[in-house]
Amino acid sequence: MDPTSERENSSGQLGETRHRSAVALHINGTPRTLTLDHRTTVLDALREHLGLTGAKKGCDHGQCGACTVIVDGRRANSCLLLAVAHDGARITTVEGLADGDRLHPVQEAFLARDALQCGYCTPGQICSAVGMLGEAADGFPSHVTEDGGDGSAPARLTAPEIRERMSGNLCRCGAYPRIVEAIEDVAS
Amino acid sequence: MKPFGYLRARTTDEAVSAMTRHPGAVFLGGGTNLIDLMKLGVATPDLLVDVRGLPLDQVADTSDGGLRIGATVRNSDLAAHHAVRTRYPALSQALLSGASGQLRNTATTGGNLLQRTRCPYFQDISKPCNKRVPGIGCPAREGTHRDLAVIGHSEACVATHPSDMAVALAALDATVQLYGPDGERSVPVTDFHRLPGDTPDRDTVIRPGELITEVLLPPRPEGAVSVYRKARDRASYAFALASVAAVVTARDGRIEHAALAFGGLAHRPWRARAAEEILRGAATTDDTFTRAVDAELAAARPLRDNAFKVELARSLAVDALAALTTRN
Ligand SMILES: Cc1cc2nc3c(=O)[nH]c(=O)nc-3n(C[C@H](O)[C@H](O)[C@H](O)COP(=O)(O)OP(=O)(O)OC[C@H]3O[C@@H](n4cnc5c(N)ncnc54)[C@H](O)[C@@H]3O)c2cc1C
Ligand code: SF4
Ligand code: FES
Ligand code: FES
Repeated sequence: MDPTSERENSSGQLGETRHRSAVALHINGTPRTLTLDHRTTVLDALREHLGLTGAKKGCDHGQCGACTVIVDGRRANSCLLLAVAHDGARITTVEGLADGDRLHPVQEAFLARDALQCGYCTPGQICSAVGMLGEAADGFPSHVTEDGGDGSAPARLTAPEIRERMSGNLCRCGAYPRIVEAIEDVAS
Repeated sequence: MKPFGYLRARTTDEAVSAMTRHPGAVFLGGGTNLIDLMKLGVATPDLLVDVRGLPLDQVADTSDGGLRIGATVRNSDLAAHHAVRTRYPALSQALLSGASGQLRNTATTGGNLLQRTRCPYFQDISKPCNKRVPGIGCPAREGTHRDLAVIGHSEACVATHPSDMAVALAALDATVQLYGPDGERSVPVTDFHRLPGDTPDRDTVIRPGELITEVLLPPRPEGAVSVYRKARDRASYAFALASVAAVVTARDGRIEHAALAFGGLAHRPWRARAAEEILRGAATTDDTFTRAVDAELAAARPLRDNAFKVELARSLAVDALAALTTRN
């Protein structure tokens, strides 16, 4: 929010009663400021206000993962995030993963393994995989991680680990086997 | 969705006083349940008071060897926390068995405790539901209730509480710390969620305007081991049909202390006191485990389509107890 609206908010008046706010988002490294209805989700801000249609709207209820983006370093379902609540956040979408003309290793692996059919779930799968690799590097456990770990070492990404950690991304085309292979390529 | 105001609270006083000024205000945690319910028209707040900017995002040791978990700690961070993984593995396992990586990165401790039921009629405003509109009726009792309660339900409501985390917290004897217009209080997790009775609109004992500030875990009893087991319709990313959290201390083939809580069976995490009574001091045999679990589940009153959940819960609990006691 801009400095005026911060003051309005803390004075406990305007921010509480009005229904729009100025919101600053750092999208793929570029600061963008928008005045948005509070009902706008991060997904709608990206798609409808910023023309970034990489993140897809599948279910709009947190059930499919097609809208996955990376928010302040962690993957999240952008359909369940309010833009106003993410003022100041750094957001990476599938459009921001490549380094100029060099695709991100996860993007390369999806191409090499042909890990898609219709492609609708793919931006979400790729952002989710990038976020998941970061979580594993940070030692995050999963439901299938064997007991005994304490988070001091990176998690080893076997195929069952990848499947479990990627379970928040559905693929109606059933490209799962190749998606797992693509991620294994990057993880190893 | 109805338009609403937004306030990012910076202090707990600011958060609570905003709630007092606005009867239509609700707290916003990660929003993974609230925003979903707002899209469905089930939740219609005038104002969201965002709590994620409050200084409640830490997990810290308490002086007595327990753990203090801030209300805005993300579920994924809590599950990965060194102290949780090593001292309270049932809690880490419960969190990791819930939702997805993306959702756990967003969901908070406070929001997880206060998430609403997944009863399909509750989520569909074109259908009657006593939890949404008291007195209007409960179609689930005769309708779709395969996933709903088998124990502790009432004529008015047969919903279940969907949280996995809360089940582990119930078995671990955690307490919820609250701060509201009348000051601070603490409530054991086992007393925090309610049975539906005649007032299913109230999921918990939280009072209007009260903020969850933290959850306190007591020190792990010497030698205690714990585990969380969950049965669901698919291997991942699904709510529990039945689940169990077990905490056991056993020595020389005898159980010194046992705490058992079921998930997916009732309107609240179901702490199995009758089973615990039988387990205390008994031999660590399958016979003991079966007797204890059966004594608890004797109170089950399954509905037309969900008797299978009782059997699921029974095998999960017996297996969990066996796994914990053969390990040491
Ligand atoms: C597709 C899907 C699958 C899921 N699967 C599972 C599962 O398998 N197991 C499981 O346990 N959960 C599951 N969940 C639910 C998920 O765990 C909850 O949505 C989440 O924990 C809620 O936390 P939040 O911070 O996002 O809460 P919010 O949505 O922000 O809030 C929920 C409620 O808590 C209130 N609130 C939030 N913080 C506070 C506070 N500090 N003090 C007072 N009130 C507060 C809000 O006003 C609101 O009423 C699933 C969710 C989805 C969408
Ligand atoms: S079981 Fe409870 S939540 Fe479901 S329809 Fe009946 S009253 Fe509503
Ligand atoms: S569109 Fe967000 S999870 Fe399906
Ligand atoms: S490639 Fe079509 S939905 Fe995944």
